[in-house]
Formats: sequence, structure tokens, C-alpha cells
Amino acid sequence: MKKTGAEVLWESLIQEGVDVMFGIPGGAVIPAFDAMLNYPKLRFILTRHEQGAAMMADGYARASGKVGVAIATSGPGATNLVTGIQVAYMDSSPVVFITGQVASNLLGTDAFQEIDMTGISLPITKHNFMITSPDEVARTVAEAFYIARSGRPGPVLIDFCKDAQVAKTENVDLPQISLLGYNPPLHAPQPKLERAAELIRAAKKPVIFAGHGVELSGATLEVQKFAERNNIPVAMTLLSLGSIPSSHPLSLGMMGMHGEAYCNLAIQNSDLIIALGMRFDDRVTGNLKTYAPGASKIHVDIDPTEINKIVMADVSLVGDIKTVLADIDPMVPNARHDDWLGQIAEWRKETDNRDIVAQPNNGKLHVPQIISEIWKATKGEALVATDVGQHQMWAAQYYQPERPRSFITSGGAGSMGFGLPAAIGAKVAMPDREVWAIVGDGGFQMTQMDLITAVHQKVEIKIALMNNHFLGMVRQWQEFFFEKRYSSVQLRNPDFGKIAEAHGAGYRRIDKAGEIQAAIEFARKTPGPVLLDFQVEQEEAVYPMVPTGADLHQMIRRPTQAKKA
Amino acid sequence: MQHTLIALVENRPGVLNRVASLFRRRNYNIESLTVGRTENPAISRMTIVIEGEPIETARIEANLVKLVNIIDVQDVTGQPAIARDLALIKVKAKPNQRAEITALAEIFRARVVDVAPESLIIEITGTEDKIESLNELLRPFGIVEMVRAGQVAMLRGGASGIRHTPGLEAKVL
Ligand SMILES: Cc1ncc(C[n+]2csc(CCOP(=O)(O)OP(=O)(O)O)c2C)c(N)n1
Repeated sequence: MKKTGAEVLWESLIQEGVDVMFGIPGGAVIPAFDAMLNYPKLRFILTRHEQGAAMMADGYARASGKVGVAIATSGPGATNLVTGIQVAYMDSSPVVFITGQVASNLLGTDAFQEIDMTGISLPITKHNFMITSPDEVARTVAEAFYIARSGRPGPVLIDFCKDAQVAKTENVDLPQISLLGYNPPLHAPQPKLERAAELIRAAKKPVIFAGHGVELSGATLEVQKFAERNNIPVAMTLLSLGSIPSSHPLSLGMMGMHGEAYCNLAIQNSDLIIALGMRFDDRVTGNLKTYAPGASKIHVDIDPTEINKIVMADVSLVGDIKTVLADIDPMVPNARHDDWLGQIAEWRKETDNRDIVAQPNNGKLHVPQIISEIWKATKGEALVATDVGQHQMWAAQYYQPERPRSFITSGGAGSMGFGLPAAIGAKVAMPDREVWAIVGDGGFQMTQMDLITAVHQKVEIKIALMNNHFLGMVRQWQEFFFEKRYSSVQLRNPDFGKIAEAHGAGYRRIDKAGEIQAAIEFARKTPGPVLLDFQVEQEEAVYPMVPTGADLHQMIRRPTQAKKA
Repeated sequence: MQHTLIALVENRPGVLNRVASLFRRRNYNIESLTVGRTENPAISRMTIVIEGEPIETARIEANLVKLVNIIDVQDVTGQPAIARDLALIKVKAKPNQRAEITALAEIFRARVVDVAPESLIIEITGTEDKIESLNELLRPFGIVEMVRAGQVAMLRGGASGIRHTPGLEAKVL
């Protein structure tokens, strides 16, 4: 039986296991939205901005491991997605974006709301397609989903001409995928595995780096077991927090610019780095010339373009982490590394002394305390989505997740406005989990319009707004590196109480440290979205900090004048 | 150092754009790039000449392979390969200079393909070096214009050079 391109689209999405999509309709997708009414299985969440839709789809994908879907019309609808596409691209998140396009006979004529979306999205997608005929729909959707979720995952965009949505086709069945040039590798070659095993056996001071790839390949348990059997401490990147439980004795927490001091010290003093699914971002390495100078490097990644890009590997293993670890495991006997772990424990004590949470309560509101209280109240089991800025780094330091896929944040792109929509998408994906958005007052206002989407769709998220009346992270840089010359960082904020009320969300304002716990309880007990407006210290700085270009061990530490009582 | 890469690409719209965009975005420099059909209508072939250190070339290769529409990339630098370019050179030639220029062309196995009252067009096929040499010798006469097709390359012997995607041959045929 013949079907329209739009019908084939929805049926193909259902075939791919899609149950929910985010977006906004418009002229170039009206036929598709009309046909959607006949597929009640598909839940459509209407957002207030396409950027929100993109970031919800991304949050959905990161929380669930499934492919997220966002839909927009041509022209401005499509360009509004762009920041969200870039966020997904930088963090290897599998999202399929579907944009409307003008009818194929109008392509290239500057027709109303025509935009070269495959051109615009070319450098920020893993791949993209344009559909000009209904015959291409089934195959394109199948290929798009396959590419998005396999290998190193990433966003794929389908630009769908309006006439192809309306016209009919015989091509309605699940097609054979034929991608001649796309074969993600699984296994690394044997001689290289043997070289890697040799290095691991010889190491006295090894560190495992768990990157986002560990989560993406579903290898979190394998990595944990491997680390345990060999007693190798595990340093995590921002995106892989929770890939092994934070409370695990071998966990070193986060590495890099705002990483734990003992973690960075361990890296700098190590003799072997086993990097799994991470890409040595400049926020992680500091000065490359002095980076882990005594360490041999084993780099495991499914994407060969990451090998020798920033840090030269002594052994590179291109393949899936799960497979590569399984291949290497039998070649490495159990090991202990007691001296090394003892040394790290010493560094750790020094860090604890400087921990702001351990310092005497002065009644003022410090973000670390708030996040620490949320962590305690939820026992580290909640799913946390953050925005970008100081609160993001504090969340990474103080919300210590016990499970993978529980800390969702815009890492590579560092895009403000991500927190709220990502939390909405995550909660839609995982309705049974407690979901918190930890956001700054600057970033929250970038996507605040989608608070109503959460209320309308009954998406039960709790928002902890760290209201410091500053673009805090920029302010901190100006304080540290520009002689405290504050340039355009002060925020005159709206009355967030009224905003919450206007949207029908719960609200409480918190001014003193003594009120934190009760507020968190209030949010957890109140049904529906709740906004907690924490009036935090305005000029607090995130420590430790490795200034851009400095050596990784040259951290600015929190001053110690008020040592632990 | 110059490197010559051969890329087999799917014959789909926009593939050249993807390659060009990659080179621009990653800040790689292309010396020459040619695209043409192959024995298989579903597959086109690119010959890309780049200037760079071996480590950079390896990165470029990896980035090319990563493009979904690129089936295979192979660096044939230093391997026994045939590399050829084609040039058309329009050179100023008074009637009394024609014989001299034609004789020069013959040494290079180049051909005169057009004769006009004040100029000649010479067609030459060969390695970069050979084309450069003829160009140098013709320069004193006055070169009106010159165009080169860009280099194409092929490995000698039976090898077809498909490495990154084992099992590919079966799928292509
Ligand atoms: C979309 C976007 N615009 C600008 C920036 C630059 N930037 C990084 S952090 C930051 C300040 C964030 O302030 P706020 O949201 O209040 O969070 P805080 O740092 O105070 O916790 C800015 C402006 C960015 N990362 N993303």
C-alpha cells in the first residue's frame, strides 16, 4: 500500500523505538504534523523555543541511552536548533534532528523560510541528510538512527522537503542499510593489546581515565571491575562523573581545571595513564608541555581522529572500550599498588582540610553547601542536570553521583541555558527517577521560557537556582585575571517568585544556611516543578583552579586561614 | 613534505562539500584535489595532495575516513604508485618561434593542440616535475595562461588499496 512521506516518517520513528519527541511546528512541517495525529503512540512535547527542544532531546538521550528526537520547521525554526545541535555534537550525544524544508522545486530560490540547513549543520553533526522524495524516507531514517547511536554517537540531521512529506511512495518497509563507508571498529589489533598489557603490568603508579566514552559504550561495570582487580585509581572527566560510584575507594573524582587537587596530583605523578573514551580537552590537561611528564599513555577510543590529536599515545587502541577491555583483561594479572594508593590518600587529606563544606558555618549561603545538602538528601541517587558556570563546577565537585547517566551537563560546548531543558528531557526519559536542575541565575534566564513546558507536561523536576546576581564564572575570571575589573557581569534579576507563580510552579526563597534542608524537603514533597531560589554569596570563587595554560599541578587553592575546627 | 591520498567516496550529493568543509574547519591545506568517476558508478575517487608532516597526514586521513560517505582513504606517498597531472599551457609564439617551441614540447612528449597567429596551446601529461620543467622552459616566450587538472594517482601492480573497511569489496560488487 502506498503511504505519504510523512506517514513513512512516523512509522519509521516508531520502528526505531521512539516514544517521545520535542519541538515546534511550522509551515514546512505542517503536513508531517497533520499525519502525526494518526500515531497516538508518539508523544509530542511542544516547547517554547527550538533550542529547548534540542536540549530536551539531548537530556533525554543522555539519561536513557536511547536516541533523542527534536523537530523544527525550516528557516528560523531550524536555526534555533543550532546551539542545541552543537551541544549534542561536542558531547557525542545521539540525537536525530528533523527539520522541515521548502518544497524541492523551490530549493535554491531563497523561498520563504528557506535556509541551507544541511550546510549550516555540516560541521556540527555526525552526518546529515536531505530528503527530496518520499522514496528516500524509510532508508534515511534507518540510516540516521544507526549512525546516531553506533560507533562514537552523535547528532544526525534530516532536512525534509515539504513536497516529499505529502507525496506517496511504495517504499514503506524497513530498508536494508547500505553505508559503505561506515563501519565503527570494535576490536583493537592483537599486537597493540599486548603492548598495552605490558605497560599495565610494568606500571607502579597507574591511573585510569574514565571519559564519557565509558558511559556511551556501556562499559561502566567493566571499567570498575578492571580497576578493582588491578587496584588502579580512576580519574573522571566532567562528563563521566558517576561512571564508577563516587563513593568507590578507587574514585579520584573529577580531573582538570576545577578537578580535585589530589586527582590532578595523581595524574602529574603517574607513570601510566590508561585513557578510556576521552579526548584530552584543554580544560583537562592544562599546559601540555608539562602534562603527566613521567607517564606512558594508552589511549582507547572508538574514534581514530582522537588518537594523537592533543596528547601522543604510546599505545593507541582504536575500538569499543567494552571489547578492548575484555580483550586485555586476561593478559593482566591482579595487582596491588599499595604505595601509590597510600600516596594519593595523603594528598586527599590535604584537600579535605580546604573543603569549604567542612568549614565553620557562618550562616551565609555557599553553593557547595547547598549542593552537598541536595546530595545528602537524595543519597547521591538523583539525576542532576546542570547549567554552565560556577554552579556547574561546584555541582561536579559536590554532587557525587553513585550511578552512571546521572550527571548531565554541557561539557564540550559549555552552553548556558542547557540545565533546565536537559533536566526536562531527562525526567521525560526516566519518569521514576528524582531529577534536579542545578542552574545559575544567568543561564536559567536563557531558557526560562520552557519552565511552562515542564508545568504543562507535568514534568516533575526540582530546580535549584544559585542566585548570585552575577555571571559568576566570568566574574571569577575577572577577579583572578583582570584585577577585579568587573565588566558587564552584574545581573539585575526579575522576581523569580513571581515568575514561578506566573508559571504555576512551586517556589521558595532561601537566604540563610539554616533554611537549606527544609527548602530541599519542601521541593521534594511538593508535586510538580519547584523553583528554589538560593540567595547565595555573591563573590565566591570555585577552587581549586588551574589557570588557562598553567601546569596541571599549579592550582590556585582555596586559602586555608579557616582550617577545619 | 607532500603527501598524496586516494579516497574512495560514495557518489552522493554533497560529498565534495563535506571534504572541503573538513579541510577548512581543521585548517588543513590542500595543494590539489581532483574528483572523478571510477569503474563503479556508485563510487567516485578523489586524489588529494597535501603538504604536511606525517603525523598531520595521519590525522587528516583519520578525519577523512570518519566522514560517513568516505569509503576508504589511503596514503600512497612512498608507495610504488603512478601519479599524473595534465596541463594546458598557452604560450606566446610568433610564426618564427613555432618550430622552436614545438621542438621543446616534443622533448617532453607534450603536444601542440592549438595554433593561433600569435600563440600556441600545449598539452602535457606527466609528473609534477615534468610539467614544472616544461613550464620553466616556456616562460621566456611569455605564458598567456596555464591550467592544471590536478594530480591523479594509482598504485602499481594488482593492489587496489582498500584497508580501512575489510570486507568492503564483497559489498561493493
Ligand atoms: C550561551 C553562553 N553564553 C555565554 C557564555 C559565557 N559564560 C560562561 S559561564 C558564564 C556565567 C554564568 O553565569 P550564571 O548562569 O549566573 O552561573 P554562575 O557562574 O554564576 O554559577 C558565562 C556568561 C556561555 N558559556 N554560554
